[in-house]
Amino acid sequence: MTGKVEKIKTGIENAGVADATAAVVKEDSAWIKNKRYMYFASMILPGIPILSAFLAGETGNGLWLWSLFIVFYGILPVLDQWSGVDAANPSDELVEELKDDRYYVYILYGATIMHWIALVYMAYTVSTLDISWFSILGGALSIGLANGLALVAGHEMGHKVNDKVQVFFAKLILAVSGYGHFFIEHNKGHHKDVATPEDPATSAFGESIYKFVQREIPGAFRRAWELESARLHRLGKSEWSLSNEIIQPALITITAYTLMLAYFGPVMIPFLAIGAAYGWWQLTGANYIEHYGLMRERDANGRYERCQARHSWNSNHKISNLVLLHLQRHSDHHAHPTRPYQVLRDYPEVPGLPSGYPFMLALAMFPSAWFSLMNPKVVNWAEGDMNKVNIDPDVKEEMFKRYHNPKVA
Amino acid sequence: MSVVEYKKYCCVTCDLVYDEELGFPEEGIAPGTLFEDIPDDWTCPECSASKSDFFLVE
Ligand SMILES: [Zn+2]
Repeated sequence: MTGKVEKIKTGIENAGVADATAAVVKEDSAWIKNKRYMYFASMILPGIPILSAFLAGETGNGLWLWSLFIVFYGILPVLDQWSGVDAANPSDELVEELKDDRYYVYILYGATIMHWIALVYMAYTVSTLDISWFSILGGALSIGLANGLALVAGHEMGHKVNDKVQVFFAKLILAVSGYGHFFIEHNKGHHKDVATPEDPATSAFGESIYKFVQREIPGAFRRAWELESARLHRLGKSEWSLSNEIIQPALITITAYTLMLAYFGPVMIPFLAIGAAYGWWQLTGANYIEHYGLMRERDANGRYERCQARHSWNSNHKISNLVLLHLQRHSDHHAHPTRPYQVLRDYPEVPGLPSGYPFMLALAMFPSAWFSLMNPKVVNWAEGDMNKVNIDPDVKEEMFKRYHNPKVA
Repeated sequence: MSVVEYKKYCCVTCDLVYDEELGFPEEGIAPGTLFEDIPDDWTCPECSASKSDFFLVE
């Protein structure tokens, strides 16, 4: 066995979820504390569609509405590569100091308000300005990207189940794009079934994002509904009640979208549909990236092994981690689902992506490019043993033929 | 003889309940094991969250 493989194996064992301290604590407390202010990005990014809608109104040039789209796919990936990786991990003492600091939560409440303003103001702008369909499309896609970011913030708050206010804001921000069922499905469904073929929110080797989405969106909704119905039945309630935490955010969405349709007219139908769908698409992309091809093994009793650090793809790039609330430190997130974003850690030698999510999301939309970059990484992760890979059943034979070449220890 | 009052702890993420009276025999945790006596590096058998993610159920 080569030295490299041995090193990887050691890393995998050390970075097992059970032992959080295995993460190399490389404290740069000045930087970690400076990041405090950089997390304002979560409020500034939804400010971009607001500002661009204002500029479109002032100048009469509807092309401004494309701004966030261009920032997200054009500027963020470049900044991400330029800024490099965030090597700092907070020490246990710093975690204790920062984890309960309400400041970090208030940023997310602020972001929630910003996202609602962005949606309504953009809706108002596309309905009142005399602009081309191309410009309206830009506004809808920019809102769609903002909606994707809203889902990231909703994900963060939706994990804090014992904090009623955070859960309320989670519902509110997920409702911007009508995806309120997400936090139920994600916590009780995805965190349980992650990196198994049973999980609709885990993508399989050889499965394109376009195929994945057809299983992910309906599968996630079905799972959320089943989990919520079961919870309500345990309480002796019907699933058709206002206690249903899927129905609650759905009512917010339906009310807001109906009002916008009534006040801003029929252009809201394509605008809101594209904005919501493109937000969902960002989440599909994140799910697609986070566990692609990785699979937990079954023990002798047929039970899946615990989710380990090695079962998530990570990216430690600075800018995208700031923008996405360290969602990219994904192994730590699965080990500590309630750990707040400001203290998530990077682990040594966990499965790593070559760039942050903005670039990887764009790449995923070109399946052949995605496969040629990521498939060898998955094969390497499995040490050539395709029995250890979560493969799309439809291409299993073909993938075995092409990649199966287990290393003999 | 004092009667031990067993408690229940719930995983905040996936809702799994640990009942001290029942333990988790298939996990090697005998019935009657107090939650505080479970090793700190033990994780939720369902969602792999850390032990500190369990809260006391009233
Ligand atoms: Zn759990």
